[in-house]
Amino acid sequence: MSDFSEELIRSKTEDDQEESCVLSGTGMYFPWLQKHIDTVETGGKKEKDFAQTTSACLNRIQEALLKHQWPQAAGYMHSYFQILEDSDSHKRQAAPEIIWKLGSEILFYHPKSNMETFNTFADRMKNMGVMNYLKISLQHALYLLHHGMLEDANRNLSRAEMWRYGEKSSSQEVLINLIQAYKGLLQYYTWSKKKMELSNLDEDDYAYNTASQTMLNHSWKTSVNLGALIQTPGVWDPFVKSYVEMLEFYGDQDGAREVLTNYAYDEKFPSNPNAHVYLYNFLKREKAPREKLISVLKILYQIVPSHKLMLEFHRLLKKSEKKDHHKLGLEVLFGVLDFAGCTKNITAWKYLAKYLRQTLMGNHLAWVQEEWNSRKTWWPSFHFSSFWAKSDWKEDVALACEKALVAGILLGKGCRYFRYICKQDHQVLRKKIRRIRKSVKKHSIVNPGL
Amino acid sequence: MDLEEAKEFKERCTQCAAVSWGLTDEGKYYCTSCHNVTERSKEVINTGAIPNTKIQAINRGLKRKRKLERGWDWYVCEGFQHILYQQVEALKTLGVGPELKNEVLHNFWKRYLQKSKQAYCKNPVCRRKVTVLEDNQSHSDWDSEPELLRDFSCPSFAESGTESQPDGLAQKPFPISKASQSETASICSGSLDGVEYSLRKEKGIVKMTVPRTLAFCYLSLLWQRETVTLSDLLRFVEEGHIPYINAFQHFPEEMKLYGRDKGIFAIESWPTYEDIYKKMIEIAKFLDLPRFPDITEDCYLHPNILCMKYLMEVNLPDEMNDLTCQVVKMTGVGEVDFLTFDPIAKMAKTVKYDVQAVAVIVVVLKLLFLLDDNLEWSLSNTAEKYNENNKEDKPRFDFRKWYQVMKKSIDEKKQEWEEARAKYLWKSEKPLYHSSIDRAVAFKRREMVVDLQKQFSTLVDSTPTVGRKKPSSFQFNWAEGDAARTCFHGHSLQGILQNKGQSLTTKNSLYWLSTQKFCRSYCKHVTTYEESNFSLSYQFIINLFAFLLRIKTSFLHEEVSLIEKRLFKTKYSKTKKKSSRSRKGRKY
Repeated sequence: MSDFSEELIRSKTEDDQEESCVLSGTGMYFPWLQKHIDTVETGGKKEKDFAQTTSACLNRIQEALLKHQWPQAAGYMHSYFQILEDSDSHKRQAAPEIIWKLGSEILFYHPKSNMETFNTFADRMKNMGVMNYLKISLQHALYLLHHGMLEDANRNLSRAEMWRYGEKSSSQEVLINLIQAYKGLLQYYTWSKKKMELSNLDEDDYAYNTASQTMLNHSWKTSVNLGALIQTPGVWDPFVKSYVEMLEFYGDQDGAREVLTNYAYDEKFPSNPNAHVYLYNFLKREKAPREKLISVLKILYQIVPSHKLMLEFHRLLKKSEKKDHHKLGLEVLFGVLDFAGCTKNITAWKYLAKYLRQTLMGNHLAWVQEEWNSRKTWWPSFHFSSFWAKSDWKEDVALACEKALVAGILLGKGCRYFRYICKQDHQVLRKKIRRIRKSVKKHSIVNPGL
Repeated sequence: MDLEEAKEFKERCTQCAAVSWGLTDEGKYYCTSCHNVTERSKEVINTGAIPNTKIQAINRGLKRKRKLERGWDWYVCEGFQHILYQQVEALKTLGVGPELKNEVLHNFWKRYLQKSKQAYCKNPVCRRKVTVLEDNQSHSDWDSEPELLRDFSCPSFAESGTESQPDGLAQKPFPISKASQSETASICSGSLDGVEYSLRKEKGIVKMTVPRTLAFCYLSLLWQRETVTLSDLLRFVEEGHIPYINAFQHFPEEMKLYGRDKGIFAIESWPTYEDIYKKMIEIAKFLDLPRFPDITEDCYLHPNILCMKYLMEVNLPDEMNDLTCQVVKMTGVGEVDFLTFDPIAKMAKTVKYDVQAVAVIVVVLKLLFLLDDNLEWSLSNTAEKYNENNKEDKPRFDFRKWYQVMKKSIDEKKQEWEEARAKYLWKSEKPLYHSSIDRAVAFKRREMVVDLQKQFSTLVDSTPTVGRKKPSSFQFNWAEGDAARTCFHGHSLQGILQNKGQSLTTKNSLYWLSTQKFCRSYCKHVTTYEESNFSLSYQFIINLFAFLLRIKTSFLHEEVSLIEKRLFKTKYSKTKKKSSRSRKGRKY
């Protein structure tokens, strides 16, 4: 690291002697006033042509990037670098980040670029001022990872980890945590590779011991690296997953549970469905009581009613003894089918058909009506149009049958979907359809007499 | 160790008495047998071996290096003189006569220094101010400055490697002599009077700025009636043929620039036509210049000749020249008194020769084609039909074909130009800094930029962008035979003109005025140009010419209106009475 960054910061004050006059006596700073003064200085001209050049240049780089014209973008970049010498210190200080983002993009895709040019560029940009060192180091490491250079990425992260400038600011802290976590992730990768090797070895083998020893070593380092990040609020899915895997492997179930519970329930963390999924899967592995599993999935249901775990949730609820769980079970099924992505989920329809019958047989017409009231305006055209009847029958007869049953129960015999399916005189399914007719007659919530 | 070179040193070693000398890296002799290093160093015979500037400094003897880092003592006006020198040299290589430098610009500049009381007068400003400054301070610096009364002569024109050339500008005696400087005076600038210069505000004095150097150049060109218009001059600046942006980087190495000099000499904008034009009049007035040499019909700047030039440039038929000459005659814009610049006249103003000539062409186009998005196309249809049926004849001018060719060419040129603007590198190789403290930062920053540029230059498209254009007063080249660049110079205006008695008249008898009302207030301005109010053909024509001259469209529109005002004097007075009608029949 050259001592240039310090100079850059220091020189800011010296460079802007003219600017300092804008500081009024009370120490307030008015950026608009500065602009005003600038225009006065240049004889009323709004912008210098230099600024026009740089902004036109920036626009053209962005345009070239959009069109994937890498050489053109590089050409404009060549001239855009002069913004680093802009006499406007605000622009000059914002420049390195912009240059890094655009430049790394160009170098990533440019056919003539290679690892070496990218590395030189990254190293150059890292040391330009102190503001971007960590961010660029991290992105540089990700670039190296992308190219499979794990060793180099790890070295880069280690260097960044050691780097300090002034007092640790909060933004720096998050970045440092992130850097450590990525390091941890790399160590996890080596660990899980070792684990694979270990599983291929005989336990009595001498090699087994050394291998397990190095594994242990890695896991310890990893947990140190990952631990800090996981404490800070954020979405850290891959880190949490690997951390928990290691903890579980070494039998630290309590630790794992704590991490996952914290990750799922701490209110400081952003709402994250995966957090609940991880916790649920962990508890399932642990063979936790049904009650507990239901409570986890209940939250997931509130966040993502269409999650694929919802059918599993339904099964759990059905098995439960509580009445309100049974009611919730119906709600969950209806909820899943509200989503366009689930309309062809045959399991969901099968469950719904079965559960509707069961609920109605259990004399809970009110539950069904409650769910249906909010949907009766749009489900018929959403699920049960004649178009769907035709296409469902063509694509998946079993699905069509399940849907027809549900349609019959909810809309009555007159419903288009039901009528269409019944009309299809299918050899094999004749029996099944007869059964459907029968149960519709028996259970339909629509009273034909009314 | 270079034994060969040490042969001429024949003295015995003081320690071992051997005569066997080698040369150290610093050029000192050392004994090869006992490694004793002497104080004697090899005499420098080959002056090329050490940097020129050093030798110049020694030879000159007049310049005293103040401190190692400081460089020479120099004044701001010397800097401008140096820029003027570079510019006029560049003009010379463009083919301008040598008298421009030696007689005209030299005299203008001398007169300027005199009028602004910087030199050639009894009590030059620089000296006066510096002495005052010094009086206010404790005289602590004085003991270290024994040469208070040393002779200081301005060398800047001579510095640039032209000592041998005894031309007028180079041998100028610069009588800012005996100026005593305090070390503190230049703390915030490399020049002696940089700080004081940027603060100076004297009423009635036109202060020198970098844009004004161009005004000086143009004044001299105008005086000499050279074949360079103001738009040409500015285009040459833009194309890099005349030093302007970063002109200071060619100052001698010993002329250090920093601090306030930055604000004086660093330029981050292109010169604009209007600005330089105004500055030129301002300077001419300030210098109290007499009436300029007459612009007669054989001068390049006469509208007849310029019109011909621009007709060629935009690929219009040569036959149109007759019409432009007629318009020039009728409007009286070709008269000597109208064309000649007279700064002492009551209302000093000069003709914008190039803009005016182009405006005349626009008026002629309007006379011929009306440019109402209608007539020009129907005339094109007839011309096209005629050309198809009479392939042997001289082709008739087809406005549509011309439009297509021009549109394509001008779009390409414009794109090229915009790209060049977006890619222009503004910063000089010699970075400017505010004080010696941030000198290192400025240099480091420069180094960084150069480094990054070097890295990215390998990734740039391998097809080389069009190299530096050769300076030319023409921007287009119309070759016969190239389908995409059809040349219309030889096309005839038959079908657009008709015989009436002895004279030719335009078939089209209508005309619309670009501006119906002129500003009534004292500014005598025309109403502004709102593009969307005009026909597309007119917009195209105005845009085309405005781009050629690198001026604003409104500027050209204004000039067109002024020509029309002269051409339709009587009609204008009528329109004033019944301003509702805009279309005027017209025959001539």
